[in-house]
Amino acid sequence: MSPDAPATNTPAPDQAASEPVLELRGVNTHYGAVHILKDVDLAIYSGELVCLLGGNASGKSTTLRTILGMVKPTTGDVVLNGQVVTTRSTRERVALGVTMVPENRRLFKRLTVGENLEMGAFLRNDADGIATDREWVFELFPRVKERLNQKAGTLSGGEQQMVAIGRALMARPQILLMDEPSMGLAPALVQQNFELIQQIHESGLTVFMVEQNANMALSIADRGWVLQTGRVVLDDTAQNLLAHPDLQASYLGTAEQ
Amino acid sequence: MNMIEALTAARPGSGKTRAAAPARRRLLDQDWRRLACAGAVLAVGQVFIALTGMPVTFDRRLLIDPILSLGYLALLWLPPVVGNWVGREQVLEGMAAYAKGGRDVVAGAMAGLLGNLGLTLLVLGITHFDVRDPLVHWSPQLLGILEFDQSVWLGALVWPAIGAATGALGGAMHWMGDKTARTMVLALSTVFAAAVLESVIVDLSQGFHIEAVSDWLYGPQRGLTLAATAVIVAVAVAASAGFSWARAASGRTAPQASAQPDAAGAGSLPAQTAWRRIPARKLLGWAFAPAAIIVLPLFLGRLTNELLANVGLFILLALGLNIIVGLAGILDLGYVAFFAVGGYSVAVLTSPGSPRFDPEIPWFGALFAAMLLAGLAGLLIGAPVIRMRGDYLAVVTLGFGEIIRILLLSDWLSGTFNGAQGITNIPGVEVFGLATVRGFEPRSVLYLVLFFCAIAIYVSWRLENSRIGRAWMAVREDESVAEAMGVDTVSAKIMAFVTGAVLGSFSGAILSAKVGSVFPHSFAIIVSIVILVVVIFGGMGNIAGVVAGAVVLIGVLGGPNQPGLLQEFAEYKILIYGALLVWMMLQRPEGLIPSARRARELQANDVNQDAWLRAQPAGRATDDAGGTSDRGRP
Repeated sequence: MSPDAPATNTPAPDQAASEPVLELRGVNTHYGAVHILKDVDLAIYSGELVCLLGGNASGKSTTLRTILGMVKPTTGDVVLNGQVVTTRSTRERVALGVTMVPENRRLFKRLTVGENLEMGAFLRNDADGIATDREWVFELFPRVKERLNQKAGTLSGGEQQMVAIGRALMARPQILLMDEPSMGLAPALVQQNFELIQQIHESGLTVFMVEQNANMALSIADRGWVLQTGRVVLDDTAQNLLAHPDLQASYLGTAEQ
Repeated sequence: MNMIEALTAARPGSGKTRAAAPARRRLLDQDWRRLACAGAVLAVGQVFIALTGMPVTFDRRLLIDPILSLGYLALLWLPPVVGNWVGREQVLEGMAAYAKGGRDVVAGAMAGLLGNLGLTLLVLGITHFDVRDPLVHWSPQLLGILEFDQSVWLGALVWPAIGAATGALGGAMHWMGDKTARTMVLALSTVFAAAVLESVIVDLSQGFHIEAVSDWLYGPQRGLTLAATAVIVAVAVAASAGFSWARAASGRTAPQASAQPDAAGAGSLPAQTAWRRIPARKLLGWAFAPAAIIVLPLFLGRLTNELLANVGLFILLALGLNIIVGLAGILDLGYVAFFAVGGYSVAVLTSPGSPRFDPEIPWFGALFAAMLLAGLAGLLIGAPVIRMRGDYLAVVTLGFGEIIRILLLSDWLSGTFNGAQGITNIPGVEVFGLATVRGFEPRSVLYLVLFFCAIAIYVSWRLENSRIGRAWMAVREDESVAEAMGVDTVSAKIMAFVTGAVLGSFSGAILSAKVGSVFPHSFAIIVSIVILVVVIFGGMGNIAGVVAGAVVLIGVLGGPNQPGLLQEFAEYKILIYGALLVWMMLQRPEGLIPSARRARELQANDVNQDAWLRAQPAGRATDDAGGTSDRGRP
């Protein structure tokens, strides 16, 4: 799906017939007694670039943690490629093709860039495939290749972001989850970072991005949801969301228009 | 104000160079604070060392026969170090290089003089006041040493003079140039090593039947003779000169040469020359080292073998803890528990003196039981604490370490462990009818220890480069992200606990057979702390570092229940551990031997973080060569 596809009100009409690659069905998640996610329904189709918007403490990161199985939902189901994985471990879900680029990059700082990439392919055993994907990452980010033997903690923020994305790609995922890719980066790098995400998406990956920077995220996304205190309050195409008065008021502010 | 006179006297010398480099900091204008600070630090340090009692305790241990005892050395080493530090200035990029010169010597002398005024005050203080009540070493013996058994005034006046002289020597090291300074440090440390290692050298020369050498080196009262000292200095100087000549001839670039562009000179051939040389040398080393390790104990005496066996026991422990702390990043303060499990399992199963389990089994059988039980203990301790993180986990492991000791001591289990009386009469190790390892034959123990060290090193090395090793390191760096990458963090951490526990139990099992008895108090918390210090000091997560840490700390200073080379230091062991640890954390937080990873990083030498941002508009790949070569040029 290209970003300039005609805007429609019903989400993802082209894929209506096909199965979503990732689906949350009526998910409720608690941290202790605190109710974080409230009846969240999401469906992401193959080849999409979608985003989940929300302010602080709206449950964005919890959504990602629920998808990866690092927290288990109280009720509801997580469905990956048609398989219900609600009770499966993170390990099994990663093996099914979902990987996360964590918030703030969070590289393994005292390991080298090369070792970080290896960690991305932790569950894979196909040496040839891993080597191919390594080359692919180097092609995407020539800078990463130059820094291969350097400790990840000594890289600049932009380089770390590249390694973080590269590390996730090394798992050869079907769906890439991105937790606040713009966080902690200089404005010039944020722009570049979103271009990177778009580039990766165009290479055929489904990308699910969680962001606070709604303008930026919607400028490259196909569709989006808005999460407010754990509930999905808006669900629309990117163009419609950008124009939506509520979103304008709550996240984008008037100054940024 | 004779200090100011001294300074003004020094001005003409530094004045000449100042004209050439106007941006340099000047002693008179800005460095008073630094000098005062150094003097104060030195004074406090000297008085502290004097009052710990080291000069008194070490007084009888002669280093160089008639003139220098270890006691005086305890007071002599600090002024040159501080004198050197006070003259040290950073070379700032973009600033004129700071000129070395006479002012360094003056600054060192003044710092030494100021600092040793502390000892003068101490001499006068001891003569006039009596505060022995809180300060045990505020004593006539200390006074006697400080006044050289002469008069109070001699002591009071000589110490500042000594401080000035030794401080000036420290300061002069900047002035005399790197090569001379390095030669001097080499000569001094060789003399120190030769003097301190006296018992080992005597032991060795007896082993090789060259007693004549040790008889010539050391005087009748222990300590190097003056002639031997002179020869050692001459040999060190010659070796240093020969080494730098060889280096210049082969054209190898040392890392420090590239750090100082003007010193590189002849030695700046391309790095490939150095690279190609490595394999052959390494190969030789790989073949030679194990052979030497196997043959050497035959020539060593009881004392050295015993010492090395103790070091080996701690290498085993440290390697085990290294897996838990260094690789998996779990701060375990109760590691002694696994040592105890190993020791007591063997004791109960092999000793006829153990209250229960009458059919005694051979040591190797007991070892398997010990490994099994230690692994089980690792599982039991690991499982509940594994979901905790950081501080909480450390506190809980601390508790478990104590629980094991208290269980061994308890009445409840005294039917098995014999309470505070411990288990005695543990037989030696029968090695398949070929040999017997017994405590009173340190050589046999050493071979057993070496065998298990080899196993432990191999296992550690394989694990470090394995899948589970990478999982451990990922968990250490960032547990949540490791989990998101598909690492089963819970089982990885439990695996680390179990592996570490099994390695630790080897050490306990050997200890039982070596000593012939085990007691609960041998497994006190201090053992955990010492093992942890060894790991941190040597370099966490690095096998060579951990081995080096054990050799230096346990071999030289001694373990919690074992004497080291410097038996004199036994009383001050923990103090020195602490001081070394603080110094290490400040100067080399990566430990004695930084991991290979760090070395590689330094080799790459292209930390050029912002080039990416700068190069952005012009196309990234082409621009960074220029960016890298810009560095280091003012």
